[in-house]
Amino acid sequence: MKLVTAIIKPFKLDEVREALSGIGVQGITVSEVKGFGRQKGHTELYRGAEYVVDFLPKVKIEAAVKTELVERVIEAIEKAANTGKIGDGKIFVFDLEQVVRIRTGETGADAL
Amino acid sequence: MKRLLASFTLAGALALGAAFAAHASEFAGSLAPSSYGSSPTILAQATAPAAAPAAAAAAAPAATPAAAPPTPNKGDNAWMIVATLLVIMMSIPGLALFYGGLVRSKNMLSVLMQVFVIFSLIIVLWAVYGYSLAFTEDGPFIGGLDRLFLSGIFSIKDGAGTFATAATFSKGVVIPEYLFVVFQATFAAITVALIVGAFAERAKFSAVLVFAVLWFTFAYLPIAHMVWFWPGPDGIKDAATLASETAKGGWLWQKGALDFAGGTVVHINAGVAGIVGAFVIGKRVGYGKDSMAPHNLTFTMIGASLLWVGWFGFNAGSALEAGDTAALAFINTLVATAAAVLSWMFAEWIWKGKPSMLGAASGAVAGLVAITPACGFVGVNGALALGLLAGIVCLWGVNALKRVLGADDALDVFGVHGVGGILGAMLTAVFASPKLGGQGVYDYVANKISADYSIYDQLFIQGTGVLTTIVWSGVVAFIAYKVVDLSIGLRVTEEEEREGLDIASHGESAYRM
Repeated sequence: MKLVTAIIKPFKLDEVREALSGIGVQGITVSEVKGFGRQKGHTELYRGAEYVVDFLPKVKIEAAVKTELVERVIEAIEKAANTGKIGDGKIFVFDLEQVVRIRTGETGADAL
Repeated sequence: MKRLLASFTLAGALALGAAFAAHASEFAGSLAPSSYGSSPTILAQATAPAAAPAAAAAAAPAATPAAAPPTPNKGDNAWMIVATLLVIMMSIPGLALFYGGLVRSKNMLSVLMQVFVIFSLIIVLWAVYGYSLAFTEDGPFIGGLDRLFLSGIFSIKDGAGTFATAATFSKGVVIPEYLFVVFQATFAAITVALIVGAFAERAKFSAVLVFAVLWFTFAYLPIAHMVWFWPGPDGIKDAATLASETAKGGWLWQKGALDFAGGTVVHINAGVAGIVGAFVIGKRVGYGKDSMAPHNLTFTMIGASLLWVGWFGFNAGSALEAGDTAALAFINTLVATAAAVLSWMFAEWIWKGKPSMLGAASGAVAGLVAITPACGFVGVNGALALGLLAGIVCLWGVNALKRVLGADDALDVFGVHGVGGILGAMLTAVFASPKLGGQGVYDYVANKISADYSIYDQLFIQGTGVLTTIVWSGVVAFIAYKVVDLSIGLRVTEEEEREGLDIASHGESAYRM
């Protein structure tokens, strides 16, 4: 089992969710996050005061999937979240040791 | 806490002490009968106002004792009540939201609270001694104590209750003096509240209140008296009475300074007190390094819009009657403000790259400020020009000028109100000229618009008014800040400032997420 974490542009969330549903991903967790990468920040101007906003708003999605699905998940996110411009985000893949469905007590791949 | 409350009480007591001593007997005599047991008389009076003649106030005609004194007109009364309500609305919530949106979310309540409580505090002081010192006849720099606790406005003679009237700018037209009192009360209250924007996000709440009492007493009241007090036009019959009646007016009124609705009294006065405060109290922690971006420009837009609507009460209401001058002030206030929104926005678009909502809202306030002294004197084209200039000049005020001054005037009280007020006061001299579509000055002897109007002479007079206000307000503000700083301290601690004044000073948060 793998945990796929992706940082994407907020307005790409719906497309990514649709793409993941399309390949059979059962559920994802979404958080609103802030951060910076190569895109850096932007400047905001309030009357005479100029502020550099270092941290840009992003969306973090997390999906726990079976190992055989992981390549297609990566591909789906890459395709759906791509704008070709700097700041599209990153995908991180981790090994996933254990999963438990709290309601039934099922564990492992059955709980996904 | 006890120490600050004690010092607050002390400041109020100092201002009142002498007054109480001098007028104790008179005050007791007049307050008792008018406060208790007289309501049936008031009701009878209210339903049949024409039956009982209005009392001869200090402002009523003195030269014609035989003629019946003028009675208020219900249309004028209705308008002045609405105008007063509008000014209350532009203060709370208008100004409070305009300022509140501009601070960081951790200081939202502190700004709302400062505006709300200063408004209440000044209203109370106005009724106690403020109105009397500003609007009764005594000397050229400050009024007398005849209206302490508003005594003498209502009185009972031979069982009949009588309400005093206040003069307007038209002979034979009066409004109930109580209405003049409340209308002017709202002006005093919003002026003091305007100042808090300059030292927002770091001032101690108790310090703000003590400063408000001191500055109101020693700066607002004298300036209001100097600029606005006069006995009214009814006593002016010829050159001799013109001279004698004018001599009773405030120092700047006697010189002929034009300030229709408060360019000097309200905006320059508050703007100067603000910038002095920003210097004395020092910069916010992290100023120039940390982001201090406005937390909610939606509130700022709502606040600016409430200010704009409320300002019609401020400006058109300053005509004191529902007539032509009120209509002129109304259209000028509308046109100048719209022009200033556009000029600020386009200037910002050209120089900074983007037209911002904050820019448009700031432009509106700049236009409103600049047209305030001029609105009853200039023509519509003059208002248009004044508004266009105000947007650009005040944009300069919050950029280049702000950098030169180097103070952390947090919400640009000086950049907008000080600069806009000075611009408006000076340009009033220009656009009030009948040659440029203005009203000129009214000759109460000939009862027509004066034939000779000199822009240059008037510019000199306006400059005198502007300089007097800058120096007077600046010196009083500086001393008042220092007194507060040395007694209870102006600033919160650095730790409290970082935590935010909402929690540190008021024990609550504006937002629960």
